[in-house]
Amino acid sequence: MSTKAKEILALALIFAFSLIFYIGKVLGWGAVRFSTTVSLIVILLVALSLLWILILTIRGHLVERRIVFLYVGIAVALPLFMTLSQRIAISPEVEAVYNTLEGLPEGSKVLVSFDYDPPSAPELQPMAEAFLYYCFEHDLKVIMMGLWPQGPMQANMAIEKVLSDEKIKSKNLKYGEDYVNLGFQAGYEFVIQRMGSDFRSMFPTDYRGTPYEQIPLVKNVKNFSNIDYCFNLSSGFPGTREWVQIAVDRYGVTLGAGNTAVQAPQMYPFMRAGQLVGLLGGMVGAAEFEFLTKWIGKGTKFMISQSFAHVIVIAFIIIGNVAFFRSERKTGLKR
Amino acid sequence: MFVIQYFIPHYPFNRMSHWFSDWFAIILACAIVLGALNLMKISIQKVIKKKPGWGYAVVIIASFLLITIIGLSEGEGFREPGTWFDWLYVYVYTPCSSTMFAILGFFVASASYRAFRARNFEATLLLLAAFFVMIGRVPVGDIISGFMPEGARLSNLASWIMTFPQTAGQRAIMIGIALGIVSTSLRVILGIERAHLAGE
Repeated sequence: MSTKAKEILALALIFAFSLIFYIGKVLGWGAVRFSTTVSLIVILLVALSLLWILILTIRGHLVERRIVFLYVGIAVALPLFMTLSQRIAISPEVEAVYNTLEGLPEGSKVLVSFDYDPPSAPELQPMAEAFLYYCFEHDLKVIMMGLWPQGPMQANMAIEKVLSDEKIKSKNLKYGEDYVNLGFQAGYEFVIQRMGSDFRSMFPTDYRGTPYEQIPLVKNVKNFSNIDYCFNLSSGFPGTREWVQIAVDRYGVTLGAGNTAVQAPQMYPFMRAGQLVGLLGGMVGAAEFEFLTKWIGKGTKFMISQSFAHVIVIAFIIIGNVAFFRSERKTGLKR
Repeated sequence: MFVIQYFIPHYPFNRMSHWFSDWFAIILACAIVLGALNLMKISIQKVIKKKPGWGYAVVIIASFLLITIIGLSEGEGFREPGTWFDWLYVYVYTPCSSTMFAILGFFVASASYRAFRARNFEATLLLLAAFFVMIGRVPVGDIISGFMPEGARLSNLASWIMTFPQTAGQRAIMIGIALGIVSTSLRVILGIERAHLAGE
């Protein structure tokens, strides 16, 4: 089979699977689930096959990278069907975000900046949902905005999901009074700087086109001094770093953040310096926060996949090093 | 101006800073339009001249026109849930861009397998740190080290690595970058560095 034919076949398969999943979603098909016993058998089989690859490597047969891709695919996909529970340990960074929220009285105004786009949504969207759930459950007023063009759309998606929850639905929250989406504003960190003196200058209307002064929730919000807590969901520039440099350092805002796993390590110096009050890092951070807020979303559900993927990568690093030392020894003997 | 305004946030510096911020936002908004038009121009040229990969350019043009027409036809509330624009965003744009990003996971795994070697002391140290952080940051780490006392499990070790050695490294990088920016800025301001003016 030629490469072109293989590509077409792969595309056709992807299209067919996407169509089946979409039809299933529309018609409300039930999810396929492995029992705990089947899940454990699958794990055992994967572990045994990894052991076999290790033996092959010791014998001198190196696996090609397509096998690694296959294992990563299996590690991510199969756990989605498994029914296994894991104990989630809460890190001090996540606990700090939760404790700060706990300290806010009812009616406090919380500003949430959605500075990310769909590629980072698997990590950041669960954080956004859990955060909004907590705010609505505890009667905090939420003002949303975005320094990324796609941010306000992500905010809409999170709001839609949280508002469909029975507990939140019963609160009968009103747009403009309990929450508002101010939309996107171009200008990167200069938007934050201008918000320090006047929110309205950067957001003359909300994302629906309602004038700022006609929105009950924000008509008395002039600048950061009227905001009780800021939370930034970020996956790059402009993001948490810019919020720390301007909103925190310049205007004394209390800031918490949710970052992708790649970006989170860069924020630790800000946390240690007290400029950042809490940090949710990657999907693990999302799962921990979901556990604390009791909003069980995708962060928790995907944690099994995350665990599997990490174990598979570690296994292949070990196999790779075994191959390395084996080749080193051979070279040494030849010398 | 921004440096002066930072230390003297009073008239006229604060007013001037606001002007600059507003103009920055205006220029950036225009740049977004310019960027989109430029993408269209390049894509159309690629299709007309049948350059390699022109099929992808057709997809770009079709997607651009489709989303623009739908967005404009739905008026001011085009981003509201339930609109065609929202449907395209949720069911086409989001999965496509998430898929592109997800591919990275496969390459990271493959690269780790082929390049993450304990060649010397420093590489071994990095490898060990990566090992403990990767396993300690996910719940399976605590399952493996469940027999150990509460404060000595893998999640605690990962947390310690992230909070102390990792933070120290990040601080060093940040300070290095800041010093680099200051020195480069001084070179530009004093006219020593003229590369941006096509000089030496």
